[in-house]
Formats: sequence, C-alpha cells, structure tokens
Amino acid sequence: MPKRSDLKHILVIGSGPIVIGQACEFDYSGTQACRVLRSEGIRVSLVNSNPATIMTDPEFADATYVEPITPEFVELVIAKERPDAILPTLGGQTALNTAVALHEAGVLEKYGVELIGANIDAINRGEDRQLFKDIVAKAGARLGYEDPSTLVPRSRVCHSMDEVRETVAELGLPVVIRPSFTMGGLGSGMAHTQEDLERIAGDGLAASPVHEVLIEESVLGWKEYELELMRDRHDNVVVVCSIENVDPMGVHTGDSVTVAPAMTLTDREYQRLRDLGIAVLREVGVDTGGCNIQFAVNPADGRIVVIEMNPRVSRSSALASKATGFPIAKIAAKLAIGYTLDEIPNDITLKTPAAFEPTLDYVVVKIPRFAFEKFPGADAELTTTMKSVGEAMSLGRNFTEALNKAMRSMETKAGGFWSVPDPVGATKENTLAALRTPHDGRLYTVERALRLGASIAEVAAASGGIDPWFLDQIAGLVELRAEIVAAPVLDAELLRRAKRAGLSDRQLAALRPELAAEDGVRTLRHRLDIRPVYKTVDTCAAEFEATTPYHYSSYDLETEVVGSARPKVLILGSGPNRIGQGIEFDYSCVHAVQALRAAPAGGAGTGGYETVMVNCNPETVSTDYDTADRLYFEPLTFEDVLEVWHAEDTSGKAAGGPGVVGVIVQLGGQTPLGLAQRLKDAGVPVVGTSPESIHLAEERGAFGALLTRAGLRAPSYGLATSYDEAKAIADEIGYPVLVRPSYVLGGRGMEIVYDDATLRGYIGRATDISPDHPVLVDRFLDDAVEIDVDALCDADGEVYLGGVMEHIEEAGIHSGDSSCTLPPITLAGSHLAEVRRYTESIARGIGVRGLLNVQYALKDDVLYVLEANPRASRTVPFVSKATAVPLAKAAARIALGATIAELRAEGLLPETGDGGTMPADAPIAVKEAVLPFKRFRTPTGKGIDSLLGPEMKSTGEVMGIDTNFGHAFAKSQSAAYGSLPTGGRIFVSVANRDKRAMIFPIKRLADLGFEIVATTGTAEVLRRHGIACEQIRKHYEAGEGEDAVSMILGGDVALVLNTPQGSGASARSDGYEIRSAAVTADIPCITTVPGAAAAVMGIEARIRGDMRVRPLQELHAALRAAQ
Amino acid sequence: MVKRRPAILVLEDGRTFQGEAYGSVGETFGEAVFNTGMTGYQETLTDPSYHRQVVVQTAPHIGNTGVNGEDDESSRIWVAGYVVRDPARIGSNWRASGGLEDRLAAEGVVGIAGVDTRALTRHLRERGAMRVGISSVEEDPRALLARVRQAPEMVGADLSAEVTTAEPYVVKADGEHRFTVAALDLGIKRNVPRRLAARGVTTHVLPATSTIDDLLATGADAVFFSPGPGDPATADGPVALAREVLNRRIPLFGICFGSQILGRALGFGTYKLGYGHRGINQPVLDRSTGKVEVTSHNHGFAVAWPGREQELSAVQVPGAGSGAVVPDQVIDTEFGGVEVSHVCLNDNVVEGLRAKDVPAFTVQYHPEAAAGPHDADYLFDRFAELIEGRALGQGRSEGRALYRNQSEGGN
Repeated sequence: MPKRSDLKHILVIGSGPIVIGQACEFDYSGTQACRVLRSEGIRVSLVNSNPATIMTDPEFADATYVEPITPEFVELVIAKERPDAILPTLGGQTALNTAVALHEAGVLEKYGVELIGANIDAINRGEDRQLFKDIVAKAGARLGYEDPSTLVPRSRVCHSMDEVRETVAELGLPVVIRPSFTMGGLGSGMAHTQEDLERIAGDGLAASPVHEVLIEESVLGWKEYELELMRDRHDNVVVVCSIENVDPMGVHTGDSVTVAPAMTLTDREYQRLRDLGIAVLREVGVDTGGCNIQFAVNPADGRIVVIEMNPRVSRSSALASKATGFPIAKIAAKLAIGYTLDEIPNDITLKTPAAFEPTLDYVVVKIPRFAFEKFPGADAELTTTMKSVGEAMSLGRNFTEALNKAMRSMETKAGGFWSVPDPVGATKENTLAALRTPHDGRLYTVERALRLGASIAEVAAASGGIDPWFLDQIAGLVELRAEIVAAPVLDAELLRRAKRAGLSDRQLAALRPELAAEDGVRTLRHRLDIRPVYKTVDTCAAEFEATTPYHYSSYDLETEVVGSARPKVLILGSGPNRIGQGIEFDYSCVHAVQALRAAPAGGAGTGGYETVMVNCNPETVSTDYDTADRLYFEPLTFEDVLEVWHAEDTSGKAAGGPGVVGVIVQLGGQTPLGLAQRLKDAGVPVVGTSPESIHLAEERGAFGALLTRAGLRAPSYGLATSYDEAKAIADEIGYPVLVRPSYVLGGRGMEIVYDDATLRGYIGRATDISPDHPVLVDRFLDDAVEIDVDALCDADGEVYLGGVMEHIEEAGIHSGDSSCTLPPITLAGSHLAEVRRYTESIARGIGVRGLLNVQYALKDDVLYVLEANPRASRTVPFVSKATAVPLAKAAARIALGATIAELRAEGLLPETGDGGTMPADAPIAVKEAVLPFKRFRTPTGKGIDSLLGPEMKSTGEVMGIDTNFGHAFAKSQSAAYGSLPTGGRIFVSVANRDKRAMIFPIKRLADLGFEIVATTGTAEVLRRHGIACEQIRKHYEAGEGEDAVSMILGGDVALVLNTPQGSGASARSDGYEIRSAAVTADIPCITTVPGAAAAVMGIEARIRGDMRVRPLQELHAALRAAQ
Repeated sequence: MVKRRPAILVLEDGRTFQGEAYGSVGETFGEAVFNTGMTGYQETLTDPSYHRQVVVQTAPHIGNTGVNGEDDESSRIWVAGYVVRDPARIGSNWRASGGLEDRLAAEGVVGIAGVDTRALTRHLRERGAMRVGISSVEEDPRALLARVRQAPEMVGADLSAEVTTAEPYVVKADGEHRFTVAALDLGIKRNVPRRLAARGVTTHVLPATSTIDDLLATGADAVFFSPGPGDPATADGPVALAREVLNRRIPLFGICFGSQILGRALGFGTYKLGYGHRGINQPVLDRSTGKVEVTSHNHGFAVAWPGREQELSAVQVPGAGSGAVVPDQVIDTEFGGVEVSHVCLNDNVVEGLRAKDVPAFTVQYHPEAAAGPHDADYLFDRFAELIEGRALGQGRSEGRALYRNQSEGGN
C-alpha cells in the first residue's frame, strides 16, 4: 500500500508550552513528523506556541505559526493555509483536544480538512471512560474471556457529587477518581476517606472539560505495565515495547520508576497483555499510528485489568522509541500518509522492515525528576496525578547497571546509593514506615530498609507491592556493598564485579574511604584497565547488523565503537528536565550539532565535524539517534563523560584521525558547565569559554573586581558563611537583600529578605553553607526594570548582541518566570547603548568564546549588573526565533574557532547590525512563562501559592509574536493560560504601595465594561477615583455572605489582580488564599503592576478582535530584509 | 552478584568466553545458537527442537519468573547447554513452583552465566552457528576446543528418534469432538495438540517411526507433522510417509521440521541457514492476504526457494529479497502446483508452503507460539477448515496427474 497521493499539505499541531505531563517528548515526536512529511514532498504547516522547540525552527516546516494552540487561532491558520489534512496525534493531549474542538465546532468540515492518524470516534472511544470499558469488554469477549467484565476495574462514570457518593457507597473505599479529557492525570487521585472523596472528586469534575469523572475499584498495589503499539491501515499491529513500573499501581506512570522490557512476566502472561492490547486497539479503531495501553496485573492471581489507552504518541512512546531504537513518531507519520509497516525500513538495520517487534538485549530504566523543593507546602506524596517535571533514562546490560546509571543521572544531591549519609536515626522500623508513602527517591529507602535488616517480604509489603524480583536485585547490591566494605583490598575481581553491577566510582569511594575519593577509585580502575565498553541499541538483540551508532556503556567484554578519522566534537546535553533547566538547553545543543555537522572542520575541508551527543534525557530531540552523528545515552557525570571521551578519542586516533578536538559544555546549562574544570584538568579539550573564565563569572569576588575595573555598576553585595556575617552585610548595604547560594541555576534557594529574623531563618535552613559554598547577599533593587541580554563574543573580542529583552514584571521575579518583550518596549536608545557598552566590557573581561547571558536592572535611569552567565541561557531559542538569528549555532562555531566576522560573511549571522539594532517596525515578541501551580496541592488538599519570586517555578514558556505589544501579549496569554477575558468580573486586591499605580489599568478595565470587585482598602481607593466597584470582604475578615476566596472558587470571576501586601514574609501569606483559590479555579491571576498593565493592553487587543496569524518564515524574511 | 565457580565456553573456531558455572557443573557440547526472545525461557528450554543445541539467550535476565508446572512444552529440558548473562537470584511469579537454576541442576543441564552474550551472538551472526563446548570442570580452553571439534555436527544429524514419544498417546478435544488428527511426533510441543483441542480436534500423537497404517489406524481425518530437531535431509522415513499422505489426499499440516518434511516430499531442497531464526519477533508475510504477522521461530534449516536455490537460499542475508525479487508463482511438482505461502520479511526465507492440488500446507514457524505471539494462531483454523473440506475446494481438484512421478520416489 503506497502512500496516499491526495495529501499535498498537512497541518501538524504541536503541544505548546512544557507543562508537567507534557514535555519536550512532543517536540521530539513533532520534529520527526515534520521531517518525514517534508521528505515525502508534502507541504507542512505547523502551529506551536513554544519557541524553545526544534520543530518551530523555520527549516522544519513550510509555514511555522508560533501561535496559541487554541481552536480560535488554529482556525485562523487553517483559513490562511487551507491544508488537506491535520495530523493531531503527535502533539500530546493539547493537539488532540484542539482537533476534537475544531471538529465539534464544524471548522474541519467548513474548510474540508481531513483528520489523519486518528479519527474522532476512536479518540472518543479511547478517552471516554464508559465507552472504553465497553470496548475492553468486547475485546475480551472476542479473545474468549469467560467474563470480560473482569478486564476492567468495576467503576461508574459520574457527572455530579451525588452520583459520586452513591457509587462509592457500592464500591467501598478506597476508590480512584479520574476526570475525563485531562492530561497527565490532572485532577485524578485516590480517596481513602470520605473527605478525600469530596475534595478530589469535586476538583476532578471541575478539571474535566466535560464535567465527568470516573469512580473506580482500587487496584492499588497491583503490578503496572504499559505496551506501546503501532497499527497500519492494513491492520498490521506490532508491539514496540513493554514497560513495567517498579512502583506498583497507585503512582502515576510518569512519576514511577519504570523498566523496559517487562522483567517479571512469563511469556503466557506477556502474550495475554499483547493479545488484549491488540484487540483493544482494533476495537477502539485507531486506524494508523501509535497507541499506548496501560494494564494492572494482580500479583496474587494474575487477573489483568486494562486501565487506559492513549490513541496517540505519548510520553511513554518517546521513552519506548529511545529504549528500543524504533522511532514511533516517525513511523506514525508515515503510517498516517498511507504507508504500511512492511513498506517502511527499520531505521537501524536499514535492511529489515519496521513490521516487527524490537527485542532488547539490555535493560532500560527511567527515573522521574521532581521539583518539590520549589513548591514549599506542596504534598510530596506520589499519587495518580503526575508531579514530576522531567526524567532520565539509562541503559545497561543488567537491571542494576541501568538503575545505578539512572539514579546518578538525576543530578540530585545524592548520586546513587550510599553517596549521601543515611538520615540521622534511621532504623529498620522507621525506614519501613517511610516506605508506606510513595515518595521521590523511594528506592533509596528500599535499599536502606534492606541494609538495616528488613527482608524482601517485609519491604514488598511495606512498599505496597514492589515486585520481589526488583527488591532482590537491590538486595544483591546490599550484599555486594557488604563485600566491598569488608574486603581487605579492592582487587580487580571485586572492582570488576562492582562496576558490572553499575556502581559509580563515587559510590565506591564512599565505601572505601582509603581510596582518596572518586579520583582515587578511577586511578585504581584505570590502572587495572577496567573500563566500560559501548554496546549498540539495534532493535534486534544483535540478530542483524546495526548501522546507527546509538551507544550505551556497560562493563562487559566487547566494545562496538567504530573508529572514525573525522575530527569529533562532543556536545554535552543537559540531563533530565527540571525547573530552571529544560528544553531550551536541549534546543541549543541540537543547534550545535546541526551547525558543526555542516561546518568546515578545517584541514582537508571535506565535510563537517563528527558530532557526538552525550545525554540521558529520553524526551529530547538531542537523544534522537538521527540528530548527531553518534549518540551516547549516558549520565552526565564526570566519570561517565570522561569514559565516553576516552572511547571516542582513542578510537578516533586509532583510525588515524585527530580524535576528539573539542567538548562543548556551554550549551547544556549548568550540568555540563559544572564539569568543565574537571574535564579540562583531566586533559579533555573543553572548547569555548574556558573553565577559568566560567569561574571568573561565577565567583562573586572575581566578578565584582572585574566590574569595578571596567567601571560597571552592580548592587552592593557580600559573601557570608554564617548568620552574623550575613547580618553585617545586610546592615551595611541595607534591606531588602537578595540571598542565594553560589553556583545555582533557576534561582534555586533564592529569596528576597526584608528583615533580620527572615535572614536568620534563611541561613538556618541553608544547611550546606560552607566556606566553599558561601551565601551571596545582594542589595535588592525594588521597582527596577529588569533587562536580559544574550550575546556572542569571539576570540577577537567582537561582541554580537543577540537580543535585549525587557521584563514585564519588575526585578525580583526570577527571569525564567517573568514575561518579557523583544525588542524592549520602553527602553530609550541611551539605555540600549549603555547595555551594549556594559555587555561588551563584561564579555571581553570574562573572555567569553561563545554565548553570554547578562541580567541587568535599570533603576532610576541607572544600569546595574545583576549577574552574568557565560553559557547558553534559557532565552536563546526565544531570541533566535524573535530575531531570525541562530545564536546557539553561532556559539558552537565560535567555540571551535570561528569569528563573528567570518560568520557574518558566511551568512550565519546578519551581514550588519545585531539584536541591539532591531528595525523600528520589527515585530514584538512576548515570552510568557507557564507555571505548574495547579498540579500541586498541600497535604490537606488546598491549592498552593502562586506568588512569584526570585526562585524560578515555571516549567515552560510560550511566545506571542505580532506587530504590536498588545496583540503579542494577548497571544502569549492565550497560549500560556487560555485567553484573557473580554468581559465579566475582575477581582482586585492590591498592596497599598501598588494602589496608586493600579488605578489607571483598573479604570481602563472598568471602561471596557468589566465589573470590578475589590477588597475594602482597594475599593475605597478605586471609588475615590470614580471607579464603580463592588466591595467584598477578605476570607479572614468577619462578616456575612460571600468572601473573596469563596467567590473565586465559585467560578464567578474571570480574572484576579492581586499584588502582595506589605513586605517580607507577610507578603507571602497575605494574598495566599486568594491566589491559591485562583489556581484551584484555574483563573488567570496577575500578581504585579506591570503585569496588570500588559494584561489591559492584551484585553483591548482581544476586544478589538483583529487577531491575525503570520508564519515565522514571513516574519523572518521581513526582518532580514530590514537589516 | 554472588561469586560462582568459573566456567568456560569455547566455540569450534577457537573463540573463548569466560564465565561462571550455571545450572549443573560439568561439561557439555552442542551447536551454539542464539534466541532473541525476551520472554519464554521455560518454553524454550523444554522445546525438543533445541535438542543438541546450546542456547544463548540474548535477553540479559533469565529466570526472573522461576519455573512453574504449566509452561513446559515437553516432559523435560532439551537444550544441551545454556548460556545467559545474568541469572535471577530468585524467581518471582504467582505461578512459580521453583527456581530455574535448581531445575537446570536437577536435570543435569550445564550452563554458563556472566558471558557477554551480545558479543557471542554477534560472533555467531557473522560466522554462523557452530559447535560449542561449555565446561565448569575443564580450565584449559585448548583441551575443551579439541573436544568441541570432535562433537557431532548438526548437518546430517538425524535426531527424531531421540526426541519422539516412545508410545502413542491421545490428547482429547476440548468440548465437542469434531475431528481426529494423527500427529507424527518428531519433537512435538505440547501447545500444538492444545491449540488443536481448542478447535474440537482429538490428537493422536504417534512415534516418529510410525507407518501410514499406524496413522490410518487412528481413524485420523488429517495428519500433522510436528516440529523437531535435526537435519531434514536425514528424515527419509518421515518424508516417505508424507508422500504417502499426499498420495492419499489426506489433509496435511506441518510446522517447522514438519514443513521441511513436506518440502522434501514435494521434491524441494532444504538447506542450513547461516545462523537461523530463533526468536519471537519475526515478521512473516502471509502472501495470500498481504498481512504481516509477528511470529515465533526456531529453525536452523529451511526449504530452498524452489528453482531459485542459488540466488535466494545460499546464505542468510537480511534484506536479500526485500519483496520485489520474491518469485510469485506456482511451482509444478509431482503433487501438482505448490506456492510459497509465507515468507520472512527480514531475509525472504521460505516460511510456508501451500499445495494447490492436494490438501496440504505447512509453515516453517510456530503458530502454536509458546513462547511467542499468537498472531499465527489462525493457521489452526485453516487446518480445521481444510479438514472440514471447506478449504477453497483446492484439495478436491482432480485435474492434476497426482501420481505421475511416483516411481521416482522421494529425495
């Protein structure tokens, strides 16, 4: 069945901003899809509001719309582009929901657009709980199950709390609550008590766009499995991968430690899952494409229950693709345009077809990365609502090797078992007790329990059902540990065994203090010639030859690295996504690969560099084996990176080439940057900004001296290692002060402190302060405008201003959480000149060779340097999209020796001018952060505070781009949070100091027809200015009737404007109830004055209703023409 | 992670792997083959087709679910030796009745663990299946190599007698009895009669030396030729028996070795593949429907492409056929027209034959699965339909000179 010839133009829908439950795996899948479709000669239009994606790079589609993924905007795109079909299955739940909405609104019919890759009926059957139950029963009956009703948990769909209560009366507690049509399990949970039930089911009804929840029998503690399947239009079906959750049912699969392939199933049981999966897929009617099905298996008797299916490419399918080498999204795109599986070659063997099932001769472990430290007060218990913000995957030749590698890929403080001391006072009993609540790092607790004498049975019971096989594997590590500790010397045999079990040098060093730490272990290991080999992911367990160098390390016999004489460059990725380090860094890494593959590598001048990617994040484009010439799926620890470098360097030199000529550390965020000095010291050729220069920027004393020498202003500051020192500094420079640990990303542990008591509390909490890791105390500039600059600097000291961004929120909000505009909208030419002068001085002073990000505050017309980071920043992709200049590509080239002048001549950079000299009619791009507050609840079930501060909390970002600020801002809000309201009620409660500044925006909103409701103090001020408003009491003020919080929760408010009252700690608590109510009710909540002003402009733009969409290609062409 | 007694594995070309004793301590020889299945080690171990073979499991963890009383495919473990990377320390499964290593030891199966099974597999892929020895009693690889080179080869091995049942036995139909099938046991797996029983078939399992009269004496409506070990070129007895069955136009179905028997009975050649197909993920195209099924394989020999032996069958080359070069014609035989009904999409190996003029068809792979996917289970339905005489009427066509070459005998 050849491809369909009637599809000439396809619209691909992306997944929008990175949020919990929907991350960069959809950039990976969407990028693959765009590539496939274009290589088939099909015109591709794309909608995605996320500028940090590779798929929105203009070369991946014919028309790229960085516009909100809402029915309103996608319809505008359809009307303009008139595609033949929409492919909605590669953009997560966002794309699928948008496609369903467009169908229901009649838009698809109106424009004659076909839905491919899925059909509406199949989507509904897969997502509608009751329909799905019927489907499973039918599939089971067809397979000959005597009682197919056992294949689903007993359950009922409810549309009201009364129905919920009735159902639970029958099923008994605990029950699971699952809202329909939400992603990442949002709003779902398990109710053990009647109170839980009221709360979770109530929230779930609200979270579901169709006000529907499923109440079902609990399968808590059952074994949990997933299958990834693919079907073509000839009804050929293959199972790409089986995934087993180490955490049993009860923890969302996104928050579970998972293993591929399934480890604890006999063939009979596995084939029953396979048969059921295929039967359900057929019954649901997924015509073509990928699909994911989850099962629970009762460990006592093997009863199987089908939990759910996703008729689309999912987070798990990205994992499965990376785990097996079978590119699900790519194949799904081909199937959608009519190919069948047997017509598509296996990407890795090239000689066998894709119509087969990958078989693995290694084990894959995925561990989720959490960010609870960012959300004080949030309940850290793991439940059926996904809370993790990222994940790392690792491969090993056995389970413990993969597990240990995955654990050290997390880049948390602990780098695997025994790398940090046990909690004080840990006993077998309290450790077993701790296991009862699923939590981040539960495997550490498992290991400790076993080590403290608990039996496998005891741990299995306490953990609520972790399979004994997994526990025994960890018990094996505990035994090995005892052997290592007891051995008179760590001999070659024992060391080899330890490495085969996956232990890192760091872990071994913790057990053998006499070996002088990790470096000592490594020296010993290298002396004994114990080094990892590199195996290949080949889809077929070596049955056929693999052509794709997709490698993972293992302590085994034979290495498969093929020597190459080309000059190689290693690019170190950024590891698991976390708040503060996400897709933006992967974007820059991918750009480096693209630039260097194409760059003249010097010498003979034939071909580019051979690019070698090292990363452990399965969601990313960088870990697609199609991205770099070679891929090493490895943890980004010093040990693992050094071994990859060694393998590549020696094999390259053995092949007669120069080996590794450069290692790029400045594009993957803080993770690789933190390795720079050690790598250089070990003889690794770190290119770009030198580790010494990096240190110069990060060490405050040296950086301060540099600024002084250059005559640049910065807020006064000091370094403290104790409260007394900190107080002395604060007394000298005056409150408020900004305190933070040195060397952090994403503002981790950063706070604005207004008084001694809070300062004392902060120092008390920061337990890891030491002379090596002092706390920085800076003067905090209140009410300043914050400015962010991304710039390039080459070896000649020439500086290229990539972009100057003006934050909308005032300084004090972390730059990652602020919205900003490019070009800046209120800065004068003199300010820009000053910014340029400062940036040039800093870049040259540090000795930057590549990218530099500088943050400034402009207060009372005076520019202050807040900080400088000599690396790719989070804003690089945004700036690149807004200015049509690929900064990361240029940075990679500069790192390898190119100059800005050369890059201008080549055309990679504009011939003249830069991001500081944007044409007057340049479009305005607004970046808005997306915050995850609604995913979290306190242990008592309340919403958490949505107040912004110096610690970054956002998971992702969107871009709105248009000819003026109002339109661009409105788009950014639509893309991030759903559209700004154009009418209705606005609740206002602002701090005294903000009241004056708020009058004008609120007046304007009232004039636009909004009804204003305000708290007492705010209402008084508004009335005095002739603004009619209704007064409402705060929730803690005595009185009758509705209070502000209950009104917001009641859903009768379209927008909340709330700025924190007072200063210091009280600011955090005052508006908390209001803001968390807004989070709970899912209403836009604006917490700053500039934010309110921007919202007014956005609302005006929406009311005018003259929204237009323009592809990036057009915007960029106009920009380039103007330069 | 526990230290075990050392063991060595030596291939006949001299390549040596160090490892640790697994299962029984001792020494064993056989043909080294690799199996890529990620599940089903118990079925694999008890599959008689692995008789005299040392099985290398590419899946790194073996033994995770222990062993149970239900998943054996025969009455004992047949593999001559077992090579794994990481044996489980415990088996964990609600059906488990014991651990795998205890079972291996109890049945005297010599194994080796801790081997870089991927390196070994790549070696076998490049050099082909070959003889191997495993020893946990010999420390000198050269001494073991000498013994490996004295071990019998698989080419020319006639093993049916060693695996077949001593006495006939009957597996009754589930529910209502519809048909009786006489199954020639050349190394049958338990799941074959089970899949037949599910369709109302009572199966009489007969020793490999049975005659046509023995078969007919069961009152059989049809005959089944089972899978099994060894070189089909040595199976003159079963081949002659197959011809008798064809001559009598009795419906015939064969699996694996049984398929090679039919091939030879039809006058086709058989040959040894480079390293064979052993796994549960093999894509097979059913040429009558154009659909792909994911199937269970265990064969080192195959039927040569009739008339194109040199071109398509000489070696095992992935992608050798890639669809286009596969001949799509009916081949004339003394039993009338025959077509290649199924091919492996990986390398175009013949995976099924269907006679157009006599009621006979076979497949080279394992529709009974165990271990493996159930995609090909429909073939048992086809067999039942064939028996029922509903099968397209092809078997009843009288147009051909069915007996024309009878005097020339078999191969």
